[in-house]
Amino acid sequence: MIFAKHWKAGTAVLALATVVAGIGCRKVQVDPFPQSGAIAGWQKTSDTRVYAAKDLWQYIDGDADRYVGAGVISVATSEYRYRDEVEAVVDVYKMSEAAGAHKIFAGDQSKDGKSVALSDEAIAYEQSVIFRKGSYLVRIVAYESTPDTGQALLGLARGVASNL
Amino acid sequence: MKSRRQFLKEAAAGAVLVGSTGTANRLALAAMVDRRAEATKSKVVVARDPALHGTAGGPGTGAQPDEQRVQNLLDRAITAYTGHASSVTAWKSLVPMDKVIGLKVNGLGSKGIATHPALIMAVAERLQQAGVKPGNIVVWDQNAHFVESCGMTINTDPSRIRVYSSDVAGFEDEVSTWGVARIRITKILTRECSMVINMPILKDHEGAGVTFAMKNMYGVVDKPNTLHGNHCNPGVADLNCIPVIRTTVRLTIGDAISSVYDGGPGFHPERLWYPNALLIGEDRVAVDTIAWEMIDRKRAEMGLPTLEAAGRPPLYIATAADAAHSLGTNDPHRIKRVEI
Repeated sequence: MIFAKHWKAGTAVLALATVVAGIGCRKVQVDPFPQSGAIAGWQKTSDTRVYAAKDLWQYIDGDADRYVGAGVISVATSEYRYRDEVEAVVDVYKMSEAAGAHKIFAGDQSKDGKSVALSDEAIAYEQSVIFRKGSYLVRIVAYESTPDTGQALLGLARGVASNL
Repeated sequence: MKSRRQFLKEAAAGAVLVGSTGTANRLALAAMVDRRAEATKSKVVVARDPALHGTAGGPGTGAQPDEQRVQNLLDRAITAYTGHASSVTAWKSLVPMDKVIGLKVNGLGSKGIATHPALIMAVAERLQQAGVKPGNIVVWDQNAHFVESCGMTINTDPSRIRVYSSDVAGFEDEVSTWGVARIRITKILTRECSMVINMPILKDHEGAGVTFAMKNMYGVVDKPNTLHGNHCNPGVADLNCIPVIRTTVRLTIGDAISSVYDGGPGFHPERLWYPNALLIGEDRVAVDTIAWEMIDRKRAEMGLPTLEAAGRPPLYIATAADAAHSLGTNDPHRIKRVEI
């Protein structure tokens, strides 16, 4: 009888603990992509596509091996338009560790990039911005170049960074 | 009796006479051999127009080239390649008019570095003028997203140029094999097309070194990722040896209007350049040999190591030329390169 009472109490405690633990461990789904209008001038023009590491070749073909080697978990990609002038794509790579994200970041630099103050490390070019925030690596690439492109991309990059 | 001196004098005179006749014969023979050797060389036309990407504010500014200039460049290239004066006659000599012609484009690098819509439409326009029905022209790539990156809209209406993708058409159940290639091929190639015009875009490639004519065939199979090992060697060469690919994909009209010389196959605008060129040839190995040279020349100009020095020479090109594969030649002496 005493054992049965303890058994019921134990079960209740265990159930409560499970619920609490479940809430505590539940990962918040990160949506890094700013909605249309959230960043001045930028409209989100496509649905977000997500590729797991095993399917990354479907998106970037042979370049996938480099990301897989650096510990990519997945990439999410979405397209944007800036004031009907510039189209751009935002790729958010989720890596298993920050070191892997840094490895890709460092390998993607070329001499005409300018270091900018954004998240953990960032490089800006005339038509693209690459930055790392923790284990996330983000590439934003514009398909056209206008006098406003560089600043517009930085604005979008800050919006993405704030969502990560 | 002739003196020794007299004998030598007469012998020398005779030798001059015989020698002059022999020299003429040898020269004639050499000329004939040269002509035959020239005729057996793989012809590749490299056609350029530095003004394809125009001046600020004019046509061809920015990411897309001047459409009319692309059409003109294609006409110049195809007539130079065939030797016909008219582009329509040239096309008639290259393609069967009453069959389905596939245009295998490449949009993997996103709309920033994909086969240009101006070139695709120029080829489609001339094919129609040569007598190919619009519905008998199929523009395709690996998936719908890549097709759209080439500026095309999906269309399956048979009264117009058809545009769709390998994944939508589906793949053969039967696995095709050649060497390391064990893949299934899109039904667009196996069931629709009598001839395919290969329309890749010139790019550096992180794995393969260069991606152009032969590498573009990765977009016609279900699992191209299984062919990426060892810098895609012998994957690219083996894949191109699969009979339906070897025999149906007969002409390359390569897009070198814009290119990325490093960081490919994705779009890196900071490594974009404008060769403003088209490469035309039926020998896919010869076309890729010239493509490699173009990429390496640009890399040297930009202070980058050659692909070999960077540890990723496109070795699959030599493999494709070897006796086992025999897909074409990578020997510069056996390539007739025509620059216009």
